[in-house]
Amino acid sequence: MASVNTERSKIKTSSKTKFKTNLTNFQRLKRDKWLYVLLLPGVLYFLIFKYAPMWGIVIAFQNYSPFLGIAGSEWVGFSHFIDFFQNPDFFRLLRNTGILAMLDLIFFFPAPIILALMLNELRINMYKRTVQTMIYVPHFMSWVIIASITYIFFTTSGGAINELVSYFTGKEINFLSAPEWFRPLIMGQIIWKETGWGTVIFLAALASVDQEQYEAAIVDGAGRFRRLWHVTLPAVRSTIIVLLILRLGNFLDTGFQQIYLMSNSLNRDVADVFDTYVYFVGIQQGAFSYSTAVGLFKSIVGIILVLGANKLAKKVGQEGIF
Amino acid sequence: MLKMHNTGPGKVFDVFNFIILGIIGIITVLPFVYIIAGSFATEAELTARSFFIWPETFTTTSYEYIFSTATFTRSLLVSIGITLVGTVICLFFTFSMAYPLSRKNLLGRNLIMNLVVFSMLFSGGMIPTYMVVKSLGLLDSYWALILPLAINPFNLIIVKTFFQNIPLELEESAKIDGCTEIGIFWRIMLPLSKPVLATFALFYAVAIWNDFFSALLYINDNTKWPVQVLLQQIIILSQASLSDAATNASNYVEPPEQSLKLAVVVVATLPILCVYPFLQKHFAKGMLLGSVKG
Repeated sequence: MASVNTERSKIKTSSKTKFKTNLTNFQRLKRDKWLYVLLLPGVLYFLIFKYAPMWGIVIAFQNYSPFLGIAGSEWVGFSHFIDFFQNPDFFRLLRNTGILAMLDLIFFFPAPIILALMLNELRINMYKRTVQTMIYVPHFMSWVIIASITYIFFTTSGGAINELVSYFTGKEINFLSAPEWFRPLIMGQIIWKETGWGTVIFLAALASVDQEQYEAAIVDGAGRFRRLWHVTLPAVRSTIIVLLILRLGNFLDTGFQQIYLMSNSLNRDVADVFDTYVYFVGIQQGAFSYSTAVGLFKSIVGIILVLGANKLAKKVGQEGIF
Repeated sequence: MLKMHNTGPGKVFDVFNFIILGIIGIITVLPFVYIIAGSFATEAELTARSFFIWPETFTTTSYEYIFSTATFTRSLLVSIGITLVGTVICLFFTFSMAYPLSRKNLLGRNLIMNLVVFSMLFSGGMIPTYMVVKSLGLLDSYWALILPLAINPFNLIIVKTFFQNIPLELEESAKIDGCTEIGIFWRIMLPLSKPVLATFALFYAVAIWNDFFSALLYINDNTKWPVQVLLQQIIILSQASLSDAATNASNYVEPPEQSLKLAVVVVATLPILCVYPFLQKHFAKGMLLGSVKG
């Protein structure tokens, strides 16, 4: 006991010296015991809600029966995966997810960058802040609210957009159930909801650009767009790359809530993506093992995409995220 | 100073930019303005005019109606309850985990951080998570709407970074004064992190209030629906009705349908709209902390 006390008193008086690392592991555990107490709820959270489900993945290789449990269910190897790959649904899901992801990269990804560059050019600060306040608002709305607003505006029974369409063309368009309108609506929603918020990080990056670089560029006779090209864009390049990696990593994570809310029996053919399929087949139809296999396939492809994109970023001389 | 010297095309660009950004801002908020205006309008006006930002006749009938129904008030109370309790729990879990992890000499710190980061890259997925929640007996329990969201790993890392930037000397002097680790956390670290606490309180509150997915998965009992699920049922599926059919059977009055829907959207959005000005003030700081590499 006495030795522990002297040990503690030494720690108390020492500052950031290397001295502390001379302690044995046991002494370090003992010294920090209250810190571990603080750590406990968080660690339990991760074990229960993040890591226990990872163990549950084994049911993808079983014919899981809730009555027999994981220990008692029959093992079937890769048969659920083989079933899934042979199912025509597989190509439909891959196509739908892939198309939405591509549209996302083409239309949604550049939008915040362009908007941030435009905002950055505004000289009147109060006006800038007003515009920012307005465009951040939708980010804080739930997908249910966004989808509800979409329904209210696009419905054929008196929706404002449809009234406008019929005023000009004489007929109404059933935006909400027409398969060809599903993707434009999804893209419109995400651009409307998240573009404004997406500018936050780019504006922070733009604010950190050295003003002297602009002045030097002006002295060298660079016009406005040359300054944009040679000073501003290089300054935000690493931010763009990091966000692009994260985006690619979530390639298959087409937002479940958004798509679930916008899909219906008429547009299902273009609306079904991996996540909604897992929900319909797993939760609603109770095919736990099969849908877990689908989910696992999705997660593994996702992790390969993140690591691949990260490696690519490093190869082209960028920092990457890991 | 040099920036002021703009040539002709530059000025044209400025004017163009000014106007376009104004239009973008207005387009972004216009739907909300219409929803709010429409919720105070009469059914006749909503049918007659397709779009307006100010009702001709102002009426609160829709609001009176929705607050008179048990269905709506109950789900509103559910949402308020889980948001208040959930935010406190999320903050406690996040901050109490972030503080020890901010100590560079904590044994096992790297292991835990790696586990946290790995969980951001790879997850068990929807079905195994559902099975865990089910096996904990949380189905149809309000806890299922709170506990699975208790720590957002991104938030955890930002808070950890924040604690790392607090000077170590502060803790040491507290220790000399005889303060325990938990005392330091409670009496020094938390008071110091008030702005960060406020930021994340708002982030978690928004996340819980807006969460629709958890209730969809885990709550089957429709008397326990939070307001987001009720909203989906009413507007998107047109399945649920607010009227309590059993009690109103005799003197049932058809409520104004369209403005009713708008009023439901407004009430489901209102708490966020109230929180927004505070959020606006704080989140810049919160985001700034996040951009510091941990």
